[in-house]
Amino acid sequence: MQPVTWTTALGFGERGWGPALLEGAVLTLLVSIAGLAIGAALGSLVAWSKLSGVRIAAAIGESYAAIFRGLPELLVVYFVYFGSSAALTGLDHLFGGQGFLGVPGFAAGALAVGVISGSYQAEVFRGAFLAIAKGELEAARAVGMGRWLSFRRIIAPQVLRFALPGLGNLWQVALKDSSLISVTGLSELMRTSQIAAGSTHQPFTFYVAGGALYLALTSVSDRVFEFAEARATRGMRREAR
Amino acid sequence: MMDTAFIWDIFLRLIVALRVTLSVWALSVFFGAFIAAGVTWMRGSGVKPVEWIARAYIFVFRGAPLLVQLFVVYYGLSSFPVVRASVFWPFLRDAFNCATLSCALCTAAYQSEIFRGALAGVPHGQVEAARACGMSGFLLFRRVIFPIALRQALPAYSTEVISMVKATALVSLVTLWDVMSVALKIRNDTLVTYTPLLVAGAIYFVVNYLIARIFIFIEQWLSPHLRARSA
Repeated sequence: MQPVTWTTALGFGERGWGPALLEGAVLTLLVSIAGLAIGAALGSLVAWSKLSGVRIAAAIGESYAAIFRGLPELLVVYFVYFGSSAALTGLDHLFGGQGFLGVPGFAAGALAVGVISGSYQAEVFRGAFLAIAKGELEAARAVGMGRWLSFRRIIAPQVLRFALPGLGNLWQVALKDSSLISVTGLSELMRTSQIAAGSTHQPFTFYVAGGALYLALTSVSDRVFEFAEARATRGMRREAR
Repeated sequence: MMDTAFIWDIFLRLIVALRVTLSVWALSVFFGAFIAAGVTWMRGSGVKPVEWIARAYIFVFRGAPLLVQLFVVYYGLSSFPVVRASVFWPFLRDAFNCATLSCALCTAAYQSEIFRGALAGVPHGQVEAARACGMSGFLLFRRVIFPIALRQALPAYSTEVISMVKATALVSLVTLWDVMSVALKIRNDTLVTYTPLLVAGAIYFVVNYLIARIFIFIEQWLSPHLRARSA
């Protein structure tokens, strides 16, 4: 085999890694979105537990958030990856299964990104809830809205609006954390760059290319969040300066 | 029933490895602060091309994952014969140096944003008052701007410093024997699934907790005027 120039190696030709890298970028995007969604579910649960005033619930929520914010992200990725397969296998044995069941790499990866993100999202959601003017909640009750109706009409829309800037930051974190999933072998962007770097013997080219694609993802999604923020706050009065 | 002797054995091996983790961490935070100071200065220099370089630096090192940066430095640079023949090679051939360098470059971008925010938060009136008293240049910075900015930067700075402890776990992927990689090695050697990772997690957690406590102490020590007066 002849050595390939870096332009060919990155290209879309027969010996080019272009399509593989783009596929990797798409997988990175998907796994991060799934992770952010799992994190949103966990985060709002924890926020709710802390706001509920039920001591036990608050303690559980608080310790989940404290533990996962205090552990290295890579350790969490390994732990979720090994742990989820073991849990699934155990569950399978409970129902009479035999042998080993592996959790798909995508699910384990999204779960890992999700539990990390959730521990931070809890604070974002809690802060957003506390930012709602108390009078609005009282007014909702005064006009006879029940818990669910006032949650749907008053709380949820405002929490989402106030949480957007924080969620934007955590989205960036989730995108970058998703690169750690490469250690589990899921062929997202980082892993694809590694494979390409190894097989072409051009590590510099491919890690820089991978990095550039990450930069593209973070900067484009930054714009999306800016747009969403502008749209979500379009009806709000500007503070007098 | 967990075997306490086994856990103790893991703990001792991981504590030895903690030296590597903490060295990478301390050196990268230390040198990162100097790079960050330079970048912050460039960003506020008022000279457009210099400002753009600083902005680009921050964009690249905050936007791409640290893992990619680490691999570019460790695997990428060493693939060039030119680099291997250069004066930098004795430095770059060592995984420890590469790891510390990439961690420092990465944290510098985040620290620079913290510095910039803290400097922007210094009340304008304070600077004007100092100027009215005849202070300028370094004296103004040392007596007025720096003390105020330092206090404003501390909460965000402690978060960044702690996140760097967690980030050093990535150096396990470039052949360094830090807490993370020793835990994985014990796991592979003994086929015990969770215990090594749990012990490693406990060590990281305690280290982060202690660092957070130290920062809370420094904050209180520096801002006695903000503390609630005891009745």
